[in-house]
Amino acid sequence: MGEVIVITSGKGGVGKTTTTANLGVALAQLGLKTCLVDADIGLRNLDVVLGLENRIVYDLVDVVEGFCRLKQALIRDKRLDGLSLLPAAQTKDKTAVTPEQMRTVTDELRQEFDYILVDSPAGIEQGFRNAIAGADRALIVATPEVASVRDADRIIGLLEAAEIPPARLIVNRLRPGMVRKGDMMSVDDIVDILAIDLIGVVPEDEQIVVTTNRGEPAAMSRESRAGESYRSIARRVRGEEVPFAEMDEPTGFFGRLRRIFGQA
Amino acid sequence: MLNFFGRSQSRDVAKNRLRNVLAHDRADTSPEFMEHLRDDVMRIVSEYVEVGGQGVDLQLQSVEDHVALVANIPVKQLRRRGRPGNN
Ligand SMILES: Nc1ncnc2c1ncn2[C@@H]1O[C@H](COP(=O)(O)OP(=O)(O)OP(=O)(O)O)[C@@H](O)[C@H]1O
Ligand SMILES: [Mg+2]
Repeated sequence: MGEVIVITSGKGGVGKTTTTANLGVALAQLGLKTCLVDADIGLRNLDVVLGLENRIVYDLVDVVEGFCRLKQALIRDKRLDGLSLLPAAQTKDKTAVTPEQMRTVTDELRQEFDYILVDSPAGIEQGFRNAIAGADRALIVATPEVASVRDADRIIGLLEAAEIPPARLIVNRLRPGMVRKGDMMSVDDIVDILAIDLIGVVPEDEQIVVTTNRGEPAAMSRESRAGESYRSIARRVRGEEVPFAEMDEPTGFFGRLRRIFGQA
Repeated sequence: MLNFFGRSQSRDVAKNRLRNVLAHDRADTSPEFMEHLRDDVMRIVSEYVEVGGQGVDLQLQSVEDHVALVANIPVKQLRRRGRPGNN
């Protein structure tokens, strides 16, 4: 029986879809059967980030409305064994699906897959309610900014109220140089304030833009630093202990020297 | 920490603003939170003083760079000995 994990954030544009795509790739690379569900109905994005937009025939709403069977709507990624996508509808709105229907769909996917990752839309309204409906646990994405961390805190409260076990945090778009200069909150600052467990840190990485442009998630190649982070997160999701690379603090002699002189 | 120009580092400013805003958010999004806190304070304080007037008034206030929990507790009279239960 597979596990359903929702990727959520509250604030928009902080990297939920990027995280879902890359974590999905990294889990599939570990040999785990993984299905990505785009719950952002009306604003579908996961298909283009994954480069699967040309293969969509049916979508989540078609499944829910009984126009097709779940299996028919799933798109298998031909580049990577074990990775599938259930796309969102682009023409409907969030009310086209109810939380109960969402739970039915994710429960059916559990029979087939090891992990089901649900990409939540921004906000705390019905789209969010749908996304968390069938979830066993949650990953919260936040960037090191006041508004993002604030919204993450709100989401943590709502997940607690929905009795979804303690969420774990992904800090995205961290810029270690800025943290060292005192111009950006550190991972420890954020973890301290939100009081939740960290599951990963993803640096700001130009490769994310390049790979998203191409529709080949960064985790598919070995060259991107962000891709490396997603691979670590995938192993932690699976329950492995993976040490955190020190991204906040400068390491080594030159790092310390730079810190003394206050440079990045 | 202050930087070269004597301004607080934006990292510290961000942390303080967040702590501040989250204190208010958490209190606002959970109406029972302040109520429970007020009840508990009332219970403890009553062991030492006879609370008068409207009872315990609790408020979150932003003071300079931090959040303060400010209590206004009208006192009718102090009990002769604290913690009557232990007499
Ligand atoms: N680590 C990163 N480094 C650089 N760019 C990033 C990183 N993570 C995300 N981005 C960029 O940020 C933008 C928003 O990312 P994404 O679409 O994943 O956010 P989202 O939370 O899904 O947004 P929405 O709330 O609209 O669904 C994208 O252009 C993406 O390429
Ligand atoms: Mg998105």
